Amino acid sequence: MSNKVSRRTFLSYTLMGTGGFMASAMLMPMIRFAIDPVLASAGGSDFIPTPQKADELTETPVRVDYTIKDRQDAWYTSDVSNTAWVYKEGDKVIALSPVCKHLGCTVNWEGDEHKNEFFCPCHAGRYKKNGDNIPGTPPLGPLDEYEVEVIDGFVNLGGVIPNTLV
Amino acid sequence: MLNKIYDWVDERLDITPIWRDIADHEVPEHVNPAHHFSAFIYCFGGLTFFVTVIQILSGMFLTMYYTPDIENAWKSVFYLQNDVAFGELVRGMHHWGASLVIVMMFLHTLRVFFTGSYKKPRELNWIVGVMIFGVMMGLGFTGYLLPWDMKALFATKVGIEIAASVPFIGEQIKILLAGDSTILGAQTLTRFFAIHVFFLPAALLGLLAAHFIMIRRQGISGPL
Repeated sequence: MSNKVSRRTFLSYTLMGTGGFMASAMLMPMIRFAIDPVLASAGGSDFIPTPQKADELTETPVRVDYTIKDRQDAWYTSDVSNTAWVYKEGDKVIALSPVCKHLGCTVNWEGDEHKNEFFCPCHAGRYKKNGDNIPGTPPLGPLDEYEVEVIDGFVNLGGVIPNTLV
Repeated sequence: MLNKIYDWVDERLDITPIWRDIADHEVPEHVNPAHHFSAFIYCFGGLTFFVTVIQILSGMFLTMYYTPDIENAWKSVFYLQNDVAFGELVRGMHHWGASLVIVMMFLHTLRVFFTGSYKKPRELNWIVGVMIFGVMMGLGFTGYLLPWDMKALFATKVGIEIAASVPFIGEQIKILLAGDSTILGAQTLTRFFAIHVFFLPAALLGLLAAHFIMIRRQGISGPL
């Protein structure tokens, strides 16, 4: 076999090269446009004040509802309500996310008469008070935690972080 | 590797004749710019199709961010243009391509007219071409409203008043387009969006298929 490039091969390479260049010049901006949300960096979360006073907390988790003001969702700005289960462990304030680690339903403290446990009504997932998932129930990991800061006596909640208590 | 995959499929489905039938056809000397440079006028039809493909692709991507709602339409366009990577470019392709399609289509029409290509036996293809022209104008008109800015609003007001000047059924056409007898608003925008992204593109693809099947069947018209 000679290594000479035949006229036919040369022409087909040239055509494929030019066509490929034109197609990619056309498609590259569109694809980058479409995958923009995947590449966007997650913004840091601020601490958001809740109506819960820190010195009214006990060792029993209470449901704290609070509002994230002016949350920016692309072109849409709105106030979004959020929930945390908050209790005191010694002097430390602990806030757990109510989002079940099985499929994302919302857990309740002592729901369905499970004493001293968080309970998820969707598939009967159960967690201990520190958020640790009870083996043999559907969840695959412990409940997430909120970053907590007490400002002027009120509980402020930040971003969601993996559970640090388990 | 690719050759082996192709052979594997071809051995089972015999796909070679299918694409051969589409790809293999002679380009007559009088329409080949390599022989006579002035033959570039025969490229306008293909260029119209090329820009149409860009319009379809860029439009598909734009709908990932666009919202056909009077509260959010302008905001979503502003967002996709200014906050999304390459948004200005993708919207620009659709915006400028829209004008370019009309220009190319017009040049293609002129070429067909001055080479007399519309004459027997190609009258039906001319008729389909005129229908494509109408669909393209409709796409331009409905797409113009979608950014929901002042220019879009007033251009559509004028366009709908023109439609309303049709004798006898003008008022009905106006209400059909605007979705309301007095307001140009929420229902107009959703209607125009549906017409722009579903109804007219579907009609366009059907007409283009007819256009291309006919030209392949009849062959390109002879030299002057």
